[in-house]
Amino acid sequence: MQSEDSMNRAPLFLLYLNVLIIASCGLVYELLAGTLASYLLGDSVTQFSLVIGIYLSALGAGAWVSRFVDQRLARCFIEVELAVALIGGASAPVLFLAFSSVGAFRVVLYGIVFAIGTLVGLELPLLMRLLKDHLDFEDLVSRVLTFDYLGALFASLLFPMFCVPRLGLVRTSLLCGLLNAVVGLWGTYLLRPLLSSRGLSGLRGRACLVIGLLIVGIIKADSLTTLAEEHVLGEPIVHAESTPYQRIVLTRNTRGFQLFLNGHLQFNSVDEHRYHEALVHPALSSVKSPRRVLVLGGGDGLAVREILRYPSVESVTLVDLDPGMTSLADRFPPLAELSRSSLKDRRVTIINEDAFLWVGRDVGPSSSKASTAGPFENLPHEKFDTAIIDFPDPGTFSVGKLYSTRFYRMLRERLTAEAVISVQCTSPLVAPQSYWCIVKTLESSGFHVRPYHAAVPTFGEWGFVLASSSSPLPVKLSLSSELIGPSRFLTDNILNSLFDLPPDLARVEAEVNQLNNQVLVHYYDQEWGAMK
Amino acid sequence: MTLTRRELIVTLLGAPALFTSGCSASPRLPPAGELLGQSLEIGHRLRDGFRWPQPNADQWQDVGVVIVGGGVAGLSAAWRLQQNGCEDFVVLELESQPGGTSRSGRCELTPYPWGAHYLPVPLPHNHDLIRLLNEMGVVESVAEDGSPIIGEQFLCRDPDERVFVDGEWIEGLYPATGASEDDLAQLAAFRKEIDHWSAWRDAASRRAFSIPIRHATDDPEVLSLDKQSMAEWLRQHGWTSPRLHWLVDYSCRDDYGLTAEQTSAWAGVLYFAARLKEPGADHQPLMTWPAGNGRIVEHLASQAETRLKTGIAVTRIQSRQSRQRLGELRNDSPISGEIGYEVLAFNTASEQPIGFRAKSVIFAVPQFLAPRLIDGFAERTGRNAEQFEYGSWLVANVHLSRRPRESSFPLSWDNVIHDSRSLGYVVATHQSGNDHGPTVLTWYHPLCDDNAKAARQQLLKAKWSDLADVVLTDLERPHPEIRSLVTRLDVFRWGHAMIRPRPGFITSRQRREATQPDGRIHFANTDLSGIALFEEAFDHGLRAADEALASLTPNP
Ligand SMILES: Cc1cc2nc3c(=O)[nH]c(=O)nc-3n(C[C@H](O)[C@H](O)[C@H](O)COP(=O)(O)OP(=O)(O)OC[C@H]3O[C@@H](n4cnc5c(N)ncnc54)[C@H](O)[C@@H]3O)c2cc1C
Repeated sequence: MQSEDSMNRAPLFLLYLNVLIIASCGLVYELLAGTLASYLLGDSVTQFSLVIGIYLSALGAGAWVSRFVDQRLARCFIEVELAVALIGGASAPVLFLAFSSVGAFRVVLYGIVFAIGTLVGLELPLLMRLLKDHLDFEDLVSRVLTFDYLGALFASLLFPMFCVPRLGLVRTSLLCGLLNAVVGLWGTYLLRPLLSSRGLSGLRGRACLVIGLLIVGIIKADSLTTLAEEHVLGEPIVHAESTPYQRIVLTRNTRGFQLFLNGHLQFNSVDEHRYHEALVHPALSSVKSPRRVLVLGGGDGLAVREILRYPSVESVTLVDLDPGMTSLADRFPPLAELSRSSLKDRRVTIINEDAFLWVGRDVGPSSSKASTAGPFENLPHEKFDTAIIDFPDPGTFSVGKLYSTRFYRMLRERLTAEAVISVQCTSPLVAPQSYWCIVKTLESSGFHVRPYHAAVPTFGEWGFVLASSSSPLPVKLSLSSELIGPSRFLTDNILNSLFDLPPDLARVEAEVNQLNNQVLVHYYDQEWGAMK
Repeated sequence: MTLTRRELIVTLLGAPALFTSGCSASPRLPPAGELLGQSLEIGHRLRDGFRWPQPNADQWQDVGVVIVGGGVAGLSAAWRLQQNGCEDFVVLELESQPGGTSRSGRCELTPYPWGAHYLPVPLPHNHDLIRLLNEMGVVESVAEDGSPIIGEQFLCRDPDERVFVDGEWIEGLYPATGASEDDLAQLAAFRKEIDHWSAWRDAASRRAFSIPIRHATDDPEVLSLDKQSMAEWLRQHGWTSPRLHWLVDYSCRDDYGLTAEQTSAWAGVLYFAARLKEPGADHQPLMTWPAGNGRIVEHLASQAETRLKTGIAVTRIQSRQSRQRLGELRNDSPISGEIGYEVLAFNTASEQPIGFRAKSVIFAVPQFLAPRLIDGFAERTGRNAEQFEYGSWLVANVHLSRRPRESSFPLSWDNVIHDSRSLGYVVATHQSGNDHGPTVLTWYHPLCDDNAKAARQQLLKAKWSDLADVVLTDLERPHPEIRSLVTRLDVFRWGHAMIRPRPGFITSRQRREATQPDGRIHFANTDLSGIALFEEAFDHGLRAADEALASLTPNP
């Protein structure tokens, strides 16, 4: 028989390689699912044991199902292989997408694990039955199982040492899928003698289709997250997008999640309350019954969450450049939870614009001429009694302008005479000149200032400035008695202690930051550059 | 001869541009755009001695002073007259918009320049200019030494300039990448020499180089620099560094539309030395607006109000005395008997002639028009303006749907491409603090050909599509994706754009005599200085206005 001749020793060896690949990929999918589940849901012990349990039981289910296949074994084997490729390959991307809803995530997770387990469980019995005519039984069992377990070992070493750190979860999953699909296509040649010619090209066509889909997936994954990015951030990326303004990346570990903008950490959910309480309460507690609050930057809604704890607040105007940022909570529910959906509060108005342009609108020498406009246009802007300024660090010129005398002067025009503002101003420990440059710039723009600091573990020692537009600031502060809900970081004592600067944060010489010199960007670059 | 697109690219950008562009047969062109320029038809009719229709009796007006030309010089003259309480004048401007080579355009997003785009902060001695800037709300206060303190928002926002060299943008203009110690030593020596000239004073304590140049010394040692080219002057000092030569060459092309080989060393050194307050100081900071110097034009034009008449081409200026002598004139006009002028003009919108009877004329258009417009000019003055040579410029405003993606030193106000004959581009949205989304780039290219006339003719024949392709081929070097971002690209061809300070011209008799009035016709234009700068045009405008006022006031 022709088939007897062609199933010689060499292809048999290749079939064992198949076994090895199938086993490795199967285990990788399982590990992926376990890792993702514990990243996203926390509690890794439970997650891993659940995933392993479901996977192993699915393997059994698959083996059991294999008995119902009695015709066209080879063809069935290849179809199963392609199905594993598709489901396994897509598993990590699909799970990431499903993450936006935690309830659905569990269903998808366990569904995928079970499906992959069943299919992998089907494969080995099918293969053994295919080979049983060519080998004696003892030999067959020992060889197939050897390669199966070897594959498992191989995968369990490769996964933590290479796949996760080098490829990231999404790419690992897609690459394994690709490997499975290639094995499937290759099988149509290896097992050619056992396959009928009818439908063969259709089978190959499908294999090519799966390969194509997975390759597209890999290319897309590259545009979604870059290898370097995951590498640098060191933690799995659970959400990434590039808006016209910046790159937004969220990473997650068992302790919490982190937001990065253009690779710079904005907050860690574990200790952001320290940062945001320190940013907001000194200013809002210095104003008697704050009513109209302006927030510049802060599109994550965490500062607004703190502001809304003041019952006197009637309106919050948030100006953030990036609509992708102010709507992030819609796409990433844990952020909605963390910010208590503050940006959806009816008191909040969101304006997506460069704060420099927004603040400067109708300000300046030409404003006096506006009086010829219609009845509403010449109403003066209603002024703000408090402003919270939460821009990214001044690492680029387009952000540096938001810390310039021109900017602060325009801002003053938008504030009431008694207004108080607070400004986040990078780390006074790492970047003292940058910090004191901001302080000095505020002073030379006519603000009374009180520098302060707070310890935020994931950032380190952090700096802020409290400033008032005309009246000097009170020496002693106390948290407003009307504040809704408990504070986790601030008490009256701690609030006042923030204004005690230790000697290592003492004032240093710095120039005033102006649009036409942008000294701050240069200081910042030198000081943070020296850290790296 | 009309050039093909390929030839045009080679002529304007040099052969290497063909390689970078690949010069495909059908390049991707912008979806929209226009070819703009000065009113050619009127210009050609003036050149060719066209017989203009004569105004009827009811198309005449009497006015004290007619200012011919609504560029910076003409508008500055008007400003000066008004400041001195003289309201009896008109400014006649050929184009529908004032400003001449300092005019600007505007789209929904932003205004943008079509020509002049910056002005250095004046030194304390330039009181008149400081006064104008003060009136515009640009000056916040004045320092003890008289230096104006300029509002931060008017000073060019940092980062102000960058240069694309070896595939990367770097900060500043000097192509520092790979500079050797010798390069840097020569740069330092050059700076020292410039410092020397900025410190130099003559016996009357005049500076060697000053802007406006009227205040500079006439010391023969200094003026002798006009005998050689800037490149010769560098070589004479033993400076051969290609990087230094590039920097100086770029500066000459930028300010004068000439290469360092073509520029008078006097003008070349002036560029560097006149804007240092004192030795070792930085070049005076630059003021700029989204509309460029169009912002200053807007202010001056708003002061002149309805006395500024646009779309009026002056076709002839003739003295009434000479016509009376010829018996052409009846003695019935109110100002008959006095010396007076008839300024004949043509309303380009209504296509009707119009006439002005004036006591005095301020001729604020380029000198080369004097023999064409002023009756008997050459015979009376013996001046023919032939040594006044003008270079052409190509300027494009490129509207982008967003800024190009890039990774090295970020987009600045001025963006220079090292290996290009163009000057690169300035960003119209930069000064307003707008750093994201759509923008407009204003791209500049001086035609430095020795034969200015031939280059001008070629430029004026070129098609929009070919010129747009030249612009994009140049921008493609630093920004390969540019073609996919362009939403509109308008091209402006400036025929007689800039006076050329070639060696010998500054010190020439013809230039020095050109400021002399012809009767009560007073001359004002930047070309009288031999260099094209706002400060010069402004200064001539004020001087001509003062002369006109003096000639109108009867001497006791
Ligand atoms: C591309 C370019 C860039 C420049 N950049 C700068 C810069 O950045 N900074 C700087 O200081 N300088 C710059 N300059 C030089 C600048 O143009 C001069 O500073 C100044 O604008 C010259 O003004 P002007 O009034 O002397 O002459 P023009 O600008 O030539 O004005 C003459 C006016 O007369 C009008 N006119 C001509 N014929 C007639 C007629 N028959 N009847 C009526 N009106 C007529 C013209 O339309 C024009 O408006 C630049 C020039 C160019 C071409």
